Amino acid sequence: MKSTRRSFIQKTALYSGAFCLGFDWFQANGKDVSMVQTTMDSGRFNAFLAIDPSGKVILYSPNPEIGQGIKTAFPVVVAEELDVDWKDVEVRQANLDTQNFERQLTGGSGALKHSWERLRKAGATARKMFIQAAAQTWKLDASTLKTSKGFVLGPNGQKASYGSLAEIASKLPVPTEVTYKNRKDYQIIGKRTKGVDNKNVVLGKPVFGLDIDKPGMLIAQIIRPPFGATLKSFDAADALKMPGIIDVVSFKNKVAIVGKSTWEVMKARGTVSCKYNPGDLESDSTHQKWFDEGMKTDKATVQRKDGDFAAALARSAKVVEATYECPFISHSPMEPMNFFADVRADGTVLLAGPTQVPQSAQKAVASLLKIDEKKVEVELSKMGGGFGRRLNNDFALDAAELSSIIKKPVKVMWTREDDMGGGIYRPAARYHFKAGLDASGNMIAFYLRGVGINAGNATRQDNFPVGAIENVLVESVNQVSAVSTGPWRAPITNFLGYAEQAFLDEVAEAGGKDPVQMRLDWLARAKSNPVGKITYEPDRFIEVIKQAAEKSNWKKKPGVHQGFSVYFSHLSYVAQVADAQIVDGKAKITHVTAVTDCGEVVNLSGAENQIKGAIIDGMGHAMFAKLRFNEGVASPTNFNGYRLIKGNEIPTINAYFVDNGIEPTGLGEPALPPTGGSVANALYAATKKRLYKQPFEV
Amino acid sequence: MSLDIDPNTPLLWALRDHMSLKGTKYGCGIAQCGACTVWVNGEATRSCVLPISAVANADITTIEGLSDHGDHPVQVAWDELDVPQCGYCQAGQIMTAASLLKKKPNPSKTEIVDGMSGNICRCGTYHRIQEAVKLASEIASKKKTKSTVKKSA
Repeated sequence: MKSTRRSFIQKTALYSGAFCLGFDWFQANGKDVSMVQTTMDSGRFNAFLAIDPSGKVILYSPNPEIGQGIKTAFPVVVAEELDVDWKDVEVRQANLDTQNFERQLTGGSGALKHSWERLRKAGATARKMFIQAAAQTWKLDASTLKTSKGFVLGPNGQKASYGSLAEIASKLPVPTEVTYKNRKDYQIIGKRTKGVDNKNVVLGKPVFGLDIDKPGMLIAQIIRPPFGATLKSFDAADALKMPGIIDVVSFKNKVAIVGKSTWEVMKARGTVSCKYNPGDLESDSTHQKWFDEGMKTDKATVQRKDGDFAAALARSAKVVEATYECPFISHSPMEPMNFFADVRADGTVLLAGPTQVPQSAQKAVASLLKIDEKKVEVELSKMGGGFGRRLNNDFALDAAELSSIIKKPVKVMWTREDDMGGGIYRPAARYHFKAGLDASGNMIAFYLRGVGINAGNATRQDNFPVGAIENVLVESVNQVSAVSTGPWRAPITNFLGYAEQAFLDEVAEAGGKDPVQMRLDWLARAKSNPVGKITYEPDRFIEVIKQAAEKSNWKKKPGVHQGFSVYFSHLSYVAQVADAQIVDGKAKITHVTAVTDCGEVVNLSGAENQIKGAIIDGMGHAMFAKLRFNEGVASPTNFNGYRLIKGNEIPTINAYFVDNGIEPTGLGEPALPPTGGSVANALYAATKKRLYKQPFEV
Repeated sequence: MSLDIDPNTPLLWALRDHMSLKGTKYGCGIAQCGACTVWVNGEATRSCVLPISAVANADITTIEGLSDHGDHPVQVAWDELDVPQCGYCQAGQIMTAASLLKKKPNPSKTEIVDGMSGNICRCGTYHRIQEAVKLASEIASKKKTKSTVKKSA
């Protein structure tokens, strides 16, 4: 049942006495949320909050869970406004349902920002209806009633559970005006709520995509060509004779080995030989050449221009110039790519598995098979990480195409080597900065050229300190490669943030400024007299910077070398101070202080997880990760060569949140972009050696 | 339990594909990440590189068999401290942690860090993993004290 904006559709809401309130979580305008009351269809109810007579509250969480904690955070908001005890709430994962949901995806740290108002309204509307139901029953004025933990309370000790009021409430009109709780009365929001899937995880329940098992399901692995090459021929004669092997087929330059079990497929795969037409195969040297050319070309795209950069640079007392570079890296979620598809003879398709964008999978598969989208059903599984990799549905398309060829249900499973060698990487980029300082060390001219390989615009031209600097020129160049790339947690900013924040540290040093005070001075300028448009709120920036300086004892720790960074991305603000110490003659990051303004913190436990996880992620990849290319082939392709950060390499982290009650914004990504910078700046403070390239440790 | 499959089949795939025990995870296939950790005769072992021929008559414990009711101190601590993010590596982490605590019921901070550092967590839940091992050791020692008291009473 889909509600249209400003309309209310009401239907009988009875299913064995249950109260069901549908709410459109995903309308475009958060302030304007419609409520829909509806029936549960054959016991299945989507998009709906349901309360059964026993008082159990069931909430379907529509967004794919990837480790960001959304399956816990969404229901927390509803439960708060509904005023129920968290222990009475049961959360279930909804499958793809384009009738009831919009923005059923994981990406851009946008879910809470998008749904905050909708979730609150859903809870508050139902709460009001229970109050009205009790008022009617007790013949009292609704204004004299209160609620607490799933009960309506009357002035003279009357008490009725939501469950007992469900039938009456379900027959009431849906109120259009509701009031929200005062945040000082929050019982759940802002507290620590454990992940709703914790029990499944610690028990080893089969909740992930790779765990999917369907009747008649076959297993397949796919050999993919080097980037830029096409398949000439393949020889699978030996594989086809091996036990458990059903077929070896080819499509789109790929060779798929299909069998009954994973190990049989793996073994047979090793005997398949492929010949390729090489095409234009890229190596690291190719990419270096493209960077060089991109830096020289006069055909760069101007992304932002304030004042006259060239003239200001010419009159500068001092010029700072530096080049930073970041390699292609892999997403490497712990669960490698996999997907199930069953393209059936009756023209319907079942897709199941881990994807951040189920609706895109549905559309893409419908388009591939030239069928109506309505015939493609998508079941969502929990994702063993993704970090952006599962925004690209290549794995779903492969599974669907293969199933359509072999006419059987099949799960395509990527080995770690397939996952790391098979593409969709973070783009590589090189950045060139120039800063012109006046005689007092103030930056009067700022220049950035970003050359990305398959990065589109590798800059974010409105990033602070743009808006505080008189003369700015930001340009981008994109080089097109056969190496496939896509968003990687905090796209572009995950490497740009490092380059910018490290360069600003050079600017501060050259100008004889303190990195914290320099930024505060700029923000004062951006606030009072901005240059051009600004996309950030200076006051929120200032607050996280001040708190980070205070909580980290900025520059007041003897024997500790500190590095500062601050970043605004995905509408949240994060300031970081990294502490480096010399341990056994080597500079080591021992501690990170992070202050985040993401508005209201919905789940403190989950929020801390996201901040600490993003810092460890950002630091690990800045320190250790790099893919090399040789004639279209990536290496390394497993964890013995590609180094991920481990538990004995992490700093302690203190995560603080600004308590301002502003509507919540994203948290899955924003703590990552400043990390490379704070780490590089702290290591510089300890060693006096600038780190111009990731990974820092080669 | 007997399986009629290729004796070279790694234990991991025997568990997952032939015994429908999917709690043990595939992460790398080369014993680098620890997602596939199970116990073989009580020892934490990487099942992705261990052929089943090598474990004939061995006693295998997977995450599904760690406790009867999901109440092993490590499982309780993992939930209590809200360790999992995506959760995929956690079965391997838990099996490693429970094995560590069998050998060292009261591990030092260094012993915890060293004992757990062979397992990769891509979400970066390492702090809470380390805190949860400590908490699990405390839960286990309290349990032990309680049962001792009961017996003497």
